[in-house]
Amino acid sequence: MGLGQILAKRVGYGLVLLIAVLILNFTLITVAPGDVADSIAGDMGGADATVMAEIRERYGLDKPFLLQLWAYVSKVAFLDLGYSYFYNTPVTTLILEKLPATLLLVFSSQILAITVGTLLGVMAARKPNGFVSMCVTFLSLFGFAAPVFWSGILLIIAFVSIFPIFPVGGMSSAIMEGGFFARAVDIAYHLFLPMVTLASIYLALYSRLTRASMLEVLGSDYVRTARAKGLAENKVFYKHALKNSLGPLVTVAGLQFSAVMSGAVVVEAVFNWPGLGTLALQSILARDTPTIMGILFFSSFVVIIVNIVTDIVLRLIDPRIRSS
Amino acid sequence: MTAGPLLSVTDLVVDFKTRAGNARVLDHISLDVKEGEILGIVGESGCGKSMTALSIMGLVPNPPGKITSGSIKLGDQELVDMDIEALRKIRGKEIGMIFQEPMTSLNPVFTVGEQIAESVRLHENVGAKAAHARAVEMLKAVEIPEPEARAHAYPHQLSGGMRQRVMIAMALSCRPRVLIADEPTTALDTTVQAQIFDLLQNLQDETGTAIVLITHDMGAIAELADTVAVMYAGKIVEKGKVDRVLSHPDHPYTKGLIACVPHLSANPAAISERLMEIPGVVPALTDLGTGCAFAPRCSEVITKCRTDSPRLFETQPEHKAACWVAQKEMT
Amino acid sequence: MSDTMQPAQPEPEIQSTSPLREMVSMFMRNYAAVAGLVLLIAIVLFVFVGPLIHRTDPFEMVWAPFTFPGQEGFLLGTDYLGRDILAAMMVGGQVSMAIGLAAALVSVIIGVTVGAFAGYYGGVIEELLMRFTEFFQVLPTLLFSMVIVALFGASLLTVTLAIGVVSWTAVARVTRSEFLRIRELEYVAAARSGSARDLYLIFKVILPNALPPIVVQANLMVGSAILFEAALSFLGLSDPNVMSWGQVIGSNRPYILDAGFAVAIPGFAIFLTVLAISLVGDGLNDALNPKLRQR
Repeated sequence: MGLGQILAKRVGYGLVLLIAVLILNFTLITVAPGDVADSIAGDMGGADATVMAEIRERYGLDKPFLLQLWAYVSKVAFLDLGYSYFYNTPVTTLILEKLPATLLLVFSSQILAITVGTLLGVMAARKPNGFVSMCVTFLSLFGFAAPVFWSGILLIIAFVSIFPIFPVGGMSSAIMEGGFFARAVDIAYHLFLPMVTLASIYLALYSRLTRASMLEVLGSDYVRTARAKGLAENKVFYKHALKNSLGPLVTVAGLQFSAVMSGAVVVEAVFNWPGLGTLALQSILARDTPTIMGILFFSSFVVIIVNIVTDIVLRLIDPRIRSS
Repeated sequence: MTAGPLLSVTDLVVDFKTRAGNARVLDHISLDVKEGEILGIVGESGCGKSMTALSIMGLVPNPPGKITSGSIKLGDQELVDMDIEALRKIRGKEIGMIFQEPMTSLNPVFTVGEQIAESVRLHENVGAKAAHARAVEMLKAVEIPEPEARAHAYPHQLSGGMRQRVMIAMALSCRPRVLIADEPTTALDTTVQAQIFDLLQNLQDETGTAIVLITHDMGAIAELADTVAVMYAGKIVEKGKVDRVLSHPDHPYTKGLIACVPHLSANPAAISERLMEIPGVVPALTDLGTGCAFAPRCSEVITKCRTDSPRLFETQPEHKAACWVAQKEMT
Repeated sequence: MSDTMQPAQPEPEIQSTSPLREMVSMFMRNYAAVAGLVLLIAIVLFVFVGPLIHRTDPFEMVWAPFTFPGQEGFLLGTDYLGRDILAAMMVGGQVSMAIGLAAALVSVIIGVTVGAFAGYYGGVIEELLMRFTEFFQVLPTLLFSMVIVALFGASLLTVTLAIGVVSWTAVARVTRSEFLRIRELEYVAAARSGSARDLYLIFKVILPNALPPIVVQANLMVGSAILFEAALSFLGLSDPNVMSWGQVIGSNRPYILDAGFAVAIPGFAIFLTVLAISLVGDGLNDALNPKLRQR
């Protein structure tokens, strides 16, 4: 099977998953106590039965479940996720506005975690009983056990009171001037702490994973062959062994991505990062159901795309998967 | 041609530290390989054949293994305790090695062409293009059909026999002086085995590379090797010219190995009941007693075998055996 | 590896002890795991026996807000409402641990059921169940549980279910792969070809043999459920009438620059608990799957 065919298959499957997310969304809204009419009525300060029935009719809430579901899904197909009564904006617009900030946070922290984690893992595998190896073990325990908001808050405390060089909240300075470059620097400057916080969990995971898979690969016959060729240890490690260890790393990084999106919600809350997580929290507190559901949908969408990309990358790394 | 041996191993001792104690994996091994010669090392699993090969390459896994004493000389270069950088220039360049498992010995994520070319670029000052051309040339030399196309194949796309040919191509790509072949055909089908042996023989005829052929198959030794060393429990128990050793084995273990190959035995009927295998197993190297390690399995064992370990002694010029019975018969 | 790589390692001395005793001794040899177990016991004692000794109502204002730990006789200080943090740690810990355990139980029940049926039946059933599992992997777990809590209200029950419902996928995958493996073993194949009923085979024959990795996974689930609950409470999505570690952090969060300790202390409690659980988990892993580590 060619790469194109596999891609097509994965995209098709992704669409099915997305529709499943929509069905879940809609079912949850329907099953949950209270509906749109209730919340509109609440905003109006109460309404009598006739008005409620009118509202329900207007929004199609009186139709059978499946018909309503169909209406919902077909609207979403045109990227219409409904209207936020709280923000007075279409949900799609609202989300597209906040999505870049979340993606920036998520991807930058993943890139940081993967590169540094891989490097630490390889260094630890070179000396399985050495100092780096010990650090990786401790780091992985810490990374699993420390609540992400706690380490974020500790970082804030440290950077505000002890070492005040990085801003601890928001995404950009209040006064906006200068060109694109100055803005980019300003955002990067604000990004630093949230990125490090979110990366810390995964850095621990990836370094431990790389260490383990490197140690396994290093015992294999082809590594012995590489040495028998006369290759220097650096090449043996960083070329022959590492390329074989990347498979498990990429697989786990892909699987973890929905967890990363979750972590981003908390980190955004800690650092007032104006992304989807912050939006989700605000809309939950405001009981703004269309927005909440839209965020769940978009986040799943991002995860599905990342999964497809992971799959492709995995095939590029390992020719055995490519041809199977 | 030089008169002296090309590769010379003298009194090599390798120890492994295990939880059960110290294991002497190689016990005073001495071997010589001359230019253009094929030396066969034969023995059962765990006898130390592969460790001999790894010692020559400087690839003894450390820890737990360690070359305790002895010398390995390539020409007049001492390889034991050689500086790692210098040793790396010898690995792959002066001494090539092919391994037992063609299925796992090639890196699955690089094409075979890349893997051969890597070796060439490492040891010879050539560009990427020239290295690739050499890789294709080598694939052709090991009789792989459509070498240009196969150079772009990944190992999993090739059969076991093809992969072993690739290993051979890689090992010979820098025209080494010595080729170590560690059980090159064990993992392959019988028909493919014969093809690989033919290939090795042809290549050796063409290039004059000395070959150390490690195997458990006396048949292969008979077919290919000039000299043979029989190993048991980390020691060489018999060595000499192949013709002589096969026709007049002195050590009971050698006799047993020969008996395992029907067409080699002088008198098949007489030994037919022992044909299948030598009874018993190789003893654990951590609890070798003082006597001959083969004594518990030996059909000709005498009292002395259980108390004293026999040393190699000459039964004929250039034919040595380590056996009390053989020694007694001589004197 | 080559034949010479195994210089005849003698079998480890055969002991005539029971498997359970062997597991215990295996576990006891892992110092980190024993330390984790001791720590865990200490935390449980602190949380459940502590309130009997330290009789302060965690909801009652006892002193000025933000009293620094150690001052005025408050070992861990007071929070933004002047409530005793030590008492909050004890009572809050009960809730955190209870939710952690209950949510892990929910996820184990769902995960084992899905994984067992998928692994046992194979074919279309497996395909469907694993697609179902993949679907849940696509949903960002925390967001999903936030949605559940938002829609159905924040109570102990909804929070527990919300955590359990989003975090069972790992259990399902582990269970399925164990079932796939054990299903092919001779005694199971023999029983399957006989007249044994499917449910009997799944829960009485295969499941007991598949337990070790599931136990390890379940143990980790308790840790991550505690973290999960903490994150939800931190975001303000927990029952406001119930005190938990995460909730203490969330409610004191606006004041981190005035009284960082009010946030740092409960966070540290969560950290220690999850750390202890994961150390025990590593030990369990070694003890239950000795083959894995003998490399």
